[in-house]
Amino acid sequence: MNIKAESETMTANAQEAEMMTGAEIVLRALKDQGVEHMFGYPGGAVLPIYDEIFQQEDVEHILVRHEQGATHAAEGYARSTGKCGVVLVTSGPGATNAVTGLTDALMDSIPMVCITGQVPTHLIGNDAFQECDTVGITRPCTKHNYLVKDVNDLARILHEAFYVATHGRPGPVVVDIPKDVQFATGAYIKPDNIEHKTYKPRMEGDASAVEAAVEVMMNAKRPVFYTGGGVINSGPDASNLLRQLVRMTGYPITSTLMGLGAYPASDRQWLGMLGMHGTYEANMAMHDCDVMICLGARFDDRITGRTDAFSPDSIKIHVDIDPSSINKTIKVNIPIVGDVGTVMAQMIRAWKARSGQPDEHALQNWWNSINTWRNVECLKYKPNKHVIMPQYAIERLYELTKDRDTYITTEVGQHQMWAAQFYRFEEPNRWMTSGGLGTMGYGLPSALGVQVAHRDALVIDIAGDASVQMVIQEMSSAVQYELPFKIFILNNSHMGMVRQWQQLLHGNRLSHSYTEAMPDFVKLAEAYGGTGIRCSKPDELDDAIQKMIDTPGPVIFDCVVANLANCFPMIPSGKAHNEMLLGEDVSDEEVGSAIDKEGKMLV
Amino acid sequence: MNTQQPASAYFLEDNKDPIEKHTLSIVVDNEPGVLARVIGLFSGRGYNIESLTVSETEHEAHVSRITIVTSGTAEVLVQIKAQLERMVPVHSVADLTVTGEAIERELALIKVAGEGEHRMEALRLADAFRARVVDVTQNSFVFEITGKSRKVEQFISLMQPIGLTEVVRTGVTAISRGPEALKV
Repeated sequence: MNIKAESETMTANAQEAEMMTGAEIVLRALKDQGVEHMFGYPGGAVLPIYDEIFQQEDVEHILVRHEQGATHAAEGYARSTGKCGVVLVTSGPGATNAVTGLTDALMDSIPMVCITGQVPTHLIGNDAFQECDTVGITRPCTKHNYLVKDVNDLARILHEAFYVATHGRPGPVVVDIPKDVQFATGAYIKPDNIEHKTYKPRMEGDASAVEAAVEVMMNAKRPVFYTGGGVINSGPDASNLLRQLVRMTGYPITSTLMGLGAYPASDRQWLGMLGMHGTYEANMAMHDCDVMICLGARFDDRITGRTDAFSPDSIKIHVDIDPSSINKTIKVNIPIVGDVGTVMAQMIRAWKARSGQPDEHALQNWWNSINTWRNVECLKYKPNKHVIMPQYAIERLYELTKDRDTYITTEVGQHQMWAAQFYRFEEPNRWMTSGGLGTMGYGLPSALGVQVAHRDALVIDIAGDASVQMVIQEMSSAVQYELPFKIFILNNSHMGMVRQWQQLLHGNRLSHSYTEAMPDFVKLAEAYGGTGIRCSKPDELDDAIQKMIDTPGPVIFDCVVANLANCFPMIPSGKAHNEMLLGEDVSDEEVGSAIDKEGKMLV
Repeated sequence: MNTQQPASAYFLEDNKDPIEKHTLSIVVDNEPGVLARVIGLFSGRGYNIESLTVSETEHEAHVSRITIVTSGTAEVLVQIKAQLERMVPVHSVADLTVTGEAIERELALIKVAGEGEHRMEALRLADAFRARVVDVTQNSFVFEITGKSRKVEQFISLMQPIGLTEVVRTGVTAISRGPEALKV
């Protein structure tokens, strides 16, 4: 929109363009951007926009109960569809309540446009009622943000916001619109020829770098693919290309939490998730590999453990659309800036054009090592006849839902890691979780957003008893819009992950990690107008889960599980990938002394 | 083992790489909040700003130039450039310390108060440093000096015993040598 921004052209356009109020421009721009759903909460500074919403039928507005719920719902919506999530909130507290979801979307690269109301232009800076410096507050937690001061800029800025949110590495964009701008009349311009003046992310990878990468891949003796959320963000084509590339090479593949589903978990080349609570085979393969092919992942500290001992002997290839992700935490040998899907297509072409073959003997040895690690069965846990083990609950949930059109969201904590370990994803966009920011309370509203996009699918929020209470009021929205998602709470009466860390680091002194006044989740569900189910016996679990699936409308499932189970395997803070704590045989003493003094400083 | 990696939450030892000082030239859209965005990046990610100058340079194109002198290890400096480049209103970033001997200048206004011999000495030094007198009273001068930061600093330290009362400095502004211009 480079030329149109010029004021003279703008005036010329304005004469031909349709004239309408700022509020009408907002709705028109959303419609022209193909928006079908938005999540929001009204207030004084957005009333003109809500008045327009009332008078149209193109965009369906979902009323949430708290603005944080709106942002997470938009994230779930975006993550499960690949489209941009849209949020509408009022000024002041509306905007500040949205900050957590905006930051979450920034950390996990989720495309989102958040429209915030603002006090009228002449009152800005006056400490007016429900005024806050929205662009100031959201500057570090958005990919970009705008304060619209002239109604004639509004349409261009809205189209630009969608462009910025969805192009390159996706992220949240805030458009702050003062109330007088919503009332003022101005020119509407269409979203044609969208090209941003400065923001032009590179899609194609450098050909010689791709060639060099393929050369290294072809000669690898102990290769591993390390993939992340970038593959999912790149779109369904990227997941298909990933499958093609991985099967063509025959190399093992692991993925971050955010990348689950890009490659099918049932495939024999799949090693499971890597990282702090990743599988033994994935982490050992990462540590011992000689060639690491990182596709759309960012060497997060949950993945690398201590960086000076991270995969010490490997040649590292890193494909990322964001140049600042490259060499940020881990030095790589072959950096490739570009869209991961486009670069994988280039890699496949370059691989096919080569006459050579990978060293089959070396690969066989590599797979033998991997199989030895697999035989450790790192996810094994002690079964229990009397108490539901949390791992068992996820396993049963998976078995009973895997043949359906299922989407899974989670909150944050032990249940999230168990879900990642024990629920097996075959397709992308089926797994919605808060990875980077680790936002407790993400899962329930996220499930709401997913269900809005996929009305007939089975949407399940795998939750913890503590997390679920953070944004639980969206249960009311679920009832209002007849969104029949299921909230599956692994209830251990503790903040499980906090408790686990207190056991690991602080002499098992469980400071404030036990919830003494747990609500009755069954009654709570009923109070909201949903259905509550409780199950505490392993032999009744299957029937109870089946009942949950068969119940129309939203359900809160209170799955009472073993209170003090720990989430293993685990790379303790400050340790390397090959120094994992494995689950079954770890004594409480070992857990208590697993982290040394230096490691305790780390997060 | 023990390969030092650029940065992580998992540093168990301090990074001992040498700290370098670099001058970055950043071409940005002159839109509201753009400076806050750039300096917010520096404070948010813990980078240093040793000096900062900013002004619109092309009025028609709404383009401003920000010159930042920053310091960090080589890896941090590369990261700073990458982080700046991915900001939406940033057109381009040049590390003038890497691209070659850039011309760096700053301007200072220096107030010196004194009488008698001190006044003569102040004028003699100002002449030697090619500083201009821009304000005179019975018992004070204001000097204007431009040049490299080191020259400005030297002038200030020489004025100290003579009766220096106040200093203002613009911070460094810089441009590359030769016919090439930074991409807008």
